[in-house]
Amino acid sequence: MRFRATPRLSGKVLIVDMSGSLVLGEGSAALRAAVRKYLDEGHRRILLNLALVDHLDSSGIGELVSSYTAAKRAQGDLKLMKLSRAVDSALLITKLYTVFDIHTDEATAVASFT
Amino acid sequence: MTPSPNGPSNNGTQRIDITLESLLDSVSLAEEMCTRIAGAAGFDDDDCFKIGMSVREGVINAYNYGSRKQREKKIFLSFELTQDKLIIYVRDQGSGFCLQDVPDPLADENLLKSSGRGIFLMRSFMDEFCVQPAEEGGAEIIMSKRLRNASRSAPPAA
Repeated sequence: MRFRATPRLSGKVLIVDMSGSLVLGEGSAALRAAVRKYLDEGHRRILLNLALVDHLDSSGIGELVSSYTAAKRAQGDLKLMKLSRAVDSALLITKLYTVFDIHTDEATAVASFT
Repeated sequence: MTPSPNGPSNNGTQRIDITLESLLDSVSLAEEMCTRIAGAAGFDDDDCFKIGMSVREGVINAYNYGSRKQREKKIFLSFELTQDKLIIYVRDQGSGFCLQDVPDPLADENLLKSSGRGIFLMRSFMDEFCVQPAEEGGAEIIMSKRLRNASRSAPPAA
């Protein structure tokens, strides 16, 4: 399924509803471009909603890490919520649960930025 | 893509050889074909996912580091189904690499790196995994997954 990233604001937190395949090529490139754009626009609290991301490979994992480091470099923060099964198992196996702040519901995730 | 299915040998082993161009589209194509072959061979959904993902990562590795994204370089993908396991070969036309030189992506100093997880995923998802220099040059990844039920239900679709 084609990758999509749709942003919406909840207070000062930019929530990005993502869907489709976050894999080498279009998906990874689209996430990279989207996060750089949000940071350029001044957003510093970014919450990625991964509930509908159905496929993730090493390139997609790398892009999530890259997005996280880009946000940190800009003195911001990037968190994850509602991991799909595919994302959950990939982050677990690659030990990235120790890097990302991950939430299961939106209200808790948004509140965690303050 | 050039498929070259072979019939069963005397010991019941079946083999399919595919030559892929070094294109981004080849990555998903290889994964889809492999997932179908694994399903037809009798693997369950979870194993089909792991096998398909491993082939994806193997072809990504060949595309990025073997071919260096040069379309004219080929990626050779082979599936060998024996009575008890599916063996997959991914060969590239690059300069080869040594597994010992691949950094551990789980090491603290590598966790925030944006690349280097493909080999780890293949190792994690498959029962057997190795990389060797191919006779023709380049690197060859060989990996296999055992069938949980040794008596397989159906041969793979050619």
